[in-house]
Amino acid sequence: MSQANPGNVGIVIVSHSPKIAEGAADMVRQMVGNAVPLAFTGGDVDGGLGTNVAGILAAIEAAWSPAGVAILVDLGGAETNSEMAVEMLPEDRRARVVVCNAPVVEGAVIAATESSGGSPLAAVKRSAEEFYA
Amino acid sequence: MPDSHASRADGKPQPLTASAVLVNPVGLHARPSVKLTQCAKGFAATIEFALAQEGPWTDAKSPVKVMRVKAPQGATLYFRVVGPDGEAALAAVLALVHDGFGES
Repeated sequence: MSQANPGNVGIVIVSHSPKIAEGAADMVRQMVGNAVPLAFTGGDVDGGLGTNVAGILAAIEAAWSPAGVAILVDLGGAETNSEMAVEMLPEDRRARVVVCNAPVVEGAVIAATESSGGSPLAAVKRSAEEFYA
Repeated sequence: MPDSHASRADGKPQPLTASAVLVNPVGLHARPSVKLTQCAKGFAATIEFALAQEGPWTDAKSPVKVMRVKAPQGATLYFRVVGPDGEAALAAVLALVHDGFGES
């Protein structure tokens, strides 16, 4: 299944809870498989509930693909910190990272499913966001 | 990407159709939906399915749409496929359904 031209879009899961982030990633791995670059991050720098920009940047790096990266977030701070992380990326990468307006668990599974079929970043984002449509 | 209307020489391409009964106990829930869309995405052909012969038709490549159908065990899935690799696509999705999506 890996006709890796630009490769499959990477998926990053950002939750306030490290356990939710890890669990959502487990679901993606089990349901969709390993054809998709995947990383997750959760918790603030002290290990409490929250998110941190450095962790998100590291996750984007870990899931990086030339086809881009779709980020799934849970609540408020996860979104703003993700947007901040995207702004801190080198300019050539910034345009290839999107934050999806989708539920974090379902969105991650759907986005990864879409990505595993080789769909481009815009289609991955659109499919994840269909959950709210 | 090949054009999907290339298979028949002239006029509208005729869709290939076939049906299969959902055998896995939980029906077309999340995991089988993912498997079906992944399988469908491996083909250039347009692949749609419905719970009745006359539709309404659902794009088998859309994971969200496939899950929304909530097809239960025992339901008959009617497939409608158009495209140059339509025969292989139809065979692949039918095999998946017959096989219960790899679930027992």
